[in-house]
Amino acid sequence: MIDFSEEQLERYSRHILLHDVGVEGQEKLLQARVLIVGAGGLGCPIGLYLAAAGVGTIGIVDSDTVDLSNLQRQIAHFTKDIGMSKVESAKEKMLAINPELTVITHQVHLQASNIREIIRGYDFVLDGTDNFPTKFLVNDACVMENIPLSHGGILRFDGQTMTIVPGRSTCYRCTFKAPPPPDAVPTCSQAGVLGAVAGMLGTIQAAEALKYITGVGTLLTDTLLTFNAKTMDFRKIKLHRQANCPICGEKPTITELFDAEQAACDLKCSF
Amino acid sequence: MTKADAVKDCRHVGCPMNMVYAKVALSKLQSGQILELILDDGPPINNVPGSVQKEGHTILEKNRLDDGAWQLLIKKA
Repeated sequence: MIDFSEEQLERYSRHILLHDVGVEGQEKLLQARVLIVGAGGLGCPIGLYLAAAGVGTIGIVDSDTVDLSNLQRQIAHFTKDIGMSKVESAKEKMLAINPELTVITHQVHLQASNIREIIRGYDFVLDGTDNFPTKFLVNDACVMENIPLSHGGILRFDGQTMTIVPGRSTCYRCTFKAPPPPDAVPTCSQAGVLGAVAGMLGTIQAAEALKYITGVGTLLTDTLLTFNAKTMDFRKIKLHRQANCPICGEKPTITELFDAEQAACDLKCSF
Repeated sequence: MTKADAVKDCRHVGCPMNMVYAKVALSKLQSGQILELILDDGPPINNVPGSVQKEGHTILEKNRLDDGAWQLLIKKA
C-alpha cells in the first residue's frame, strides 16, 4: 500500500471521500498507465482531467503543432503556444496541474507500423483522433494488444463515445465495419464544431478511464452514447458483438494492421 | 473500555479532511479491528460518525473528552 503524503491526501481528498473510490481507488489511479491518442479537442480535456485525477503515467500522441484555429476548443493549448508541438504544450499544462505525474510524449504520426509498439504497456487507451482511418487503426491495434479503449468522436453539435474491452465487449469495427468512403466524409464547410462539445465528450471519456481503472460503476461497453448539444438529447444505443467481426470475431481476417486511405479532403480540423 | 488497534487524532482538523484521515486509518486495519478517532465538537462530531456508518463500519462508543473533543471507537467492516 502506498503511504500517501499529507499533500497527496489533500490533493486527492475528493476522490478518497468517494465510497467507491477511496484510498484503494486513488492508489490504483497513481499506479495506472493511460495513453491519449490525439492532443486536440478531446485529448486536451482528457489529459487535464486525468492529470488532475492523479493517473500516474500518461502518454500522449500527436504529430501536430498548435494552430490559432485550435484554440476555440483545444483547451490545454494557449495563445502563447501557437507553433509549439501539441504534445509538449499539453504536457506542460498537465504537469502544471499535477507535477508528480510522469507524462510521456509521442510526437509521431500513428500508423500501422508503429502503433502496436506505442500502445503496448498501457492499461487503457483513449481515442481523440480526428479521422476515421486512425480510429479504426486504434481500435484494431487495441484489440490485437488486448488493451481497453474509449472511442470518441465529435462533429458540429454531436458527440459519440463507446468503451471497448477487447474479448469481452463489442469493438468499434463490430459496429462501424470500415471507414466511410471519402465522399461521405464532411467537407470543410460542414466541419465546424461547437467548442464546448469537445469538453463534454472528452470529460465523458476521461470518466470512463477513471471508472475502468478504479473498477467503479458500469462502463459504456456494448453501448454507444450519443448526444446532440442543440437539443441536449442524450441517447444510449445497445450494441452487440459480431461473431464475424474481421478483428475481434471468431475467425479474424485482419491479422496484420494496415494504413487505410485518408479522405480526399484531408480536413485540418483536429477534433 | 474497548481497546483500539489504532488511534487517529483529528483535533483541529475540519470537514471533510477529518473523514479523509479516518478512511486512510481504517484502510490500514483488518476487518473487525478498532480505530479510535478523536474529533472536534461541532461539525466534525455531527458529520463524521454518519459518514463512517454509511461506509458500513460500526460505531462502538462515543465519549466526550475533558477538553471538549470527542472520542469515537469504530469497528472496521
